[in-house]
Amino acid sequence: MADQAAKPRSFQELILRLQGYWAVNGCAILQPYDLEVGAGTFHPATTLRALGLRPWAAAYVQPSRRPTDGRYGDNPNRLQHYYQFQVIMKPSPPDFQELYLGSLRAIGIDDARHDIRFVEDDWESPTLGAWGLGWEVWCDGMEVSQFTYFQQVGGHDCHPVSGELTYGLERLAMYVLGADHVMEMPFNDPDAAQPLSYGDVFRQTEREYSRWNFEVADTDALLRHFEDAEAECARILNAPDSDAAGRRIVMAHPAYDQCIKASHIFNLLDARGVISVTERQAYIGRVRALARNCADAFLRTEAGGAA
Amino acid sequence: MPDLLIELFSEEIPARMQPRARADLQRRVTDGLRAGGLSMGAATAFSTPRRLALAVEGLGAESPARHESRKGPRVDAPEAAIEGFLRSTGLTREDLRIKDDRKGQYYSASMTHPGRSADAIVAEVLESTIRDFPWPKSMRWGSGSLRWVRPLHAILCILTDHDGARVVPLEVDGIAAADVTRGHRFMAPEPVRVAGHDDYAAKLRRAHVLLDPETRAEHIRAEAATLTFAQGLELVEDAGLLEEVTGMVEWPVVLIGEIGADFRHLPPEVLQTSMREHQKFFSVRDPAAGQITHFVTVANRETEDGGATILAGNQRVLAARLADAAFFWDNDLRVVRDAGLAGMADGLAQVTFHAKLGSQAERVARIAALAREIAPLVGADTDAAETAARVAKADLQSAMVGEFPELQGVMGRYYAEAEGLDPEIARACEMHYKPLGPGDEVPDEPVSVAVALADKLDTLAVFWAIDEKPTGSKDPYALRRAGLGVIRSVLENGLRIPIGGLIRQHCEHLEHAALMKRPDEDAWARIVLAQNLSFFLHERLKVHLREEGIRHDVIDACLAMTGADDLTLLVRRAEALGDLLKTEDGENLLQGFKRANNILTQAEEADGVEYSFGPDPKLAETGAESALFEALDAAGSEIGPAMAAEDFTAAMRAMAGLRAPIDAFFEAVQINTDNQTVRRNRLNLLHRIREICLQVADLRRVEG
Repeated sequence: MADQAAKPRSFQELILRLQGYWAVNGCAILQPYDLEVGAGTFHPATTLRALGLRPWAAAYVQPSRRPTDGRYGDNPNRLQHYYQFQVIMKPSPPDFQELYLGSLRAIGIDDARHDIRFVEDDWESPTLGAWGLGWEVWCDGMEVSQFTYFQQVGGHDCHPVSGELTYGLERLAMYVLGADHVMEMPFNDPDAAQPLSYGDVFRQTEREYSRWNFEVADTDALLRHFEDAEAECARILNAPDSDAAGRRIVMAHPAYDQCIKASHIFNLLDARGVISVTERQAYIGRVRALARNCADAFLRTEAGGAA
Repeated sequence: MPDLLIELFSEEIPARMQPRARADLQRRVTDGLRAGGLSMGAATAFSTPRRLALAVEGLGAESPARHESRKGPRVDAPEAAIEGFLRSTGLTREDLRIKDDRKGQYYSASMTHPGRSADAIVAEVLESTIRDFPWPKSMRWGSGSLRWVRPLHAILCILTDHDGARVVPLEVDGIAAADVTRGHRFMAPEPVRVAGHDDYAAKLRRAHVLLDPETRAEHIRAEAATLTFAQGLELVEDAGLLEEVTGMVEWPVVLIGEIGADFRHLPPEVLQTSMREHQKFFSVRDPAAGQITHFVTVANRETEDGGATILAGNQRVLAARLADAAFFWDNDLRVVRDAGLAGMADGLAQVTFHAKLGSQAERVARIAALAREIAPLVGADTDAAETAARVAKADLQSAMVGEFPELQGVMGRYYAEAEGLDPEIARACEMHYKPLGPGDEVPDEPVSVAVALADKLDTLAVFWAIDEKPTGSKDPYALRRAGLGVIRSVLENGLRIPIGGLIRQHCEHLEHAALMKRPDEDAWARIVLAQNLSFFLHERLKVHLREEGIRHDVIDACLAMTGADDLTLLVRRAEALGDLLKTEDGENLLQGFKRANNILTQAEEADGVEYSFGPDPKLAETGAESALFEALDAAGSEIGPAMAAEDFTAAMRAMAGLRAPIDAFFEAVQINTDNQTVRRNRLNLLHRIREICLQVADLRRVEG
């Protein structure tokens, strides 16, 4: 068990402790997925692995991009690029809440001094065709995590049910470290030879991406990329299950990559303000159709439980 | 007579679902026990975030034995039939008795079903209650297939009598019932063995759980009052929030904190909404400063530092939230200062009201035009009403309403005041949304009334035009509420406006909004639209008046009259008629009228003529007949002026005066006599009865 007496001293220490804690508690510690996503849920280790009968347990950090939340690095709480820590366990263990509370203790949140609450918050991702019931977890009135029992993903009922945890790392770390502005939060140990703040690492990129997201991104090109991703996803899934050599290889993951890309491009287009209210629903529906087809395909693979 | 105690222990149940869940648990279990033949005393349900519990006192120990006698096959029936009967009753031939009826002898089985133990019945009822519980939303977890609101962990189910407590044997999806519960998640997580009701509540209290939501609510209320009083402050009561907070804590610890001085200039509605919606804080007012200066938050545990860390954390979150709110407020005020509310409203051109109905700006233009039409009818200045309509929706473009949609209207008033607009216009920004529900206040200032009516009538007209009417339980655009709002605004202000005429006129304006697709059918479509909408309003009116105790057929009788467009008049007429029908005279008059009308209608149909030629009093044969002539003359001369003066009570009274003469007439006179002249004259006389009564109300539509 991680050191409960001392609080973490830096952003990275908080991440390391979460990884250590969930490793000890049986999760495979994965690395971030190498595509731009809006939330850790998009990682195939969650979206696809929540499907089918096979047990699964994984935890990972996932950089997440929300172009509309960009504030050029000025806002103390808002970022267009931030980190989520994601835990998924299938089937959800009976003591999942207790395990979660243990993870808070591991990062120095002592529940004897704080008021930890599970407050109703149902989760829904229209783009993934997914929903679940659960809570947002409050620590002294602040939301520190999202706690969800997946009921449906990609239009399929989840059976067994996965338990999913999402920690918003910057916000949680600011709270634990007592930082008022995200950019001032220590990234590595403040006593290191080269102490770095979160701002040292990310202030410049926040400015650059905010400008690109809001002012520069080529919307025509993005629209084309969206169409391309959509078409490629369909093409991959339309390929026969067996290759030229007669090997049965259903390409659920490569197809899902295209779904992820389409979803992120949609977010970028949204940030550029070129999607009207009515079109919005239509785009979300198109991404959802991709997610659904990928989920169908995954269920025909070995990891999806097919023989 | 054992006592029954049930506890369903789960992960955190949403606060808003708990009151319904308590009622459902109590109803389903007690109904099931009764259906199983068990008597019982009082039953009480409880809930905390982690448990749903039910205590039933004095349960019958077993259901009574039941005797059944069943008629079997005839004695001479085939052997197979008799064997079948024995199988179905589980008896042997010696147990059967032979009885006689008119057709001969038959076998009869007499059986006694022994009573069942309370344990067996409880187990059965509780299992089916758990499996079919009507949660608004339920879920599965792990590898199981049971559904509950959140994962169900334990079932406590015990019967307690003088021998002590025993567990009711029961298992649902691998969860076996026991006599064990748990205390507070953090303060007393150890298992607790329970022996009965009082023991359960007492042990939970020791384990830092207040079982009864009423007790928790009372504790929160009292603590909050003490804390605020001690500082010379007063709590802003909020019953809905209290119920919600009560459902979020097992061990309420009430803390009071201060709102940073930087934020106190924000409107109280902003402070309250932000604190309530995001943080579940109660607002606390400083009566001396006339401001909201503090908040009360309810934690779920005690701490060694007396809640200092918890309070500090909450205060920090609040500061971040209010910094956002202050940012919105300052931004919005800057926009208003630079461009006015009208400038803020500019952006509405880019906001879609509805895919088929164009932008919010187009909607505002329609409302403004209609508000101008309505203004003189409600005593409002025409220009003021139009200006108010043009700015009333501007705050939808404000940052504050973007964040807190429930503050629409309220913010409009603040921003209108900040701009220095006429106070009546500022108030219309807020009041034109009202009434929001049956209990909500109705706008009463002329400008507010004009904009409120224009807004609601426009909403109704445009959604009718695109055929988005409410159906059954579906009313996504709250059109029934808008209809009721129109009705209440008219009635409660005693407005005398031709509502149907306004609707017709407005439907003509819709042409310009290109709502009607085919120009060739436009005129007709607009007339049908206006009629349908008027019909809908009349239906809403009936619903509304029924709640006020006026019968729907009485309203129908008045709706059929000319001038029904004037709802205020319509209701006064209906009230007068309703009062009349409650009297004996009224009831008898109605019968007399119906009799006259029936005879006349039949004669008119049979003879193919209309008997509307004035009857001649000289042809009257009896005193009763002559008296009716006189009575009709007298009533006619009273009713005309009374109706002209809208004095419905006087008109009804005059009409009621006809009761005795009509009764006497029918008593003394045969209408269909052989003398055709006399018969015609009498039918013409009946026609006068009909004519005079129909001046007052269409009695043909009254039931009974």
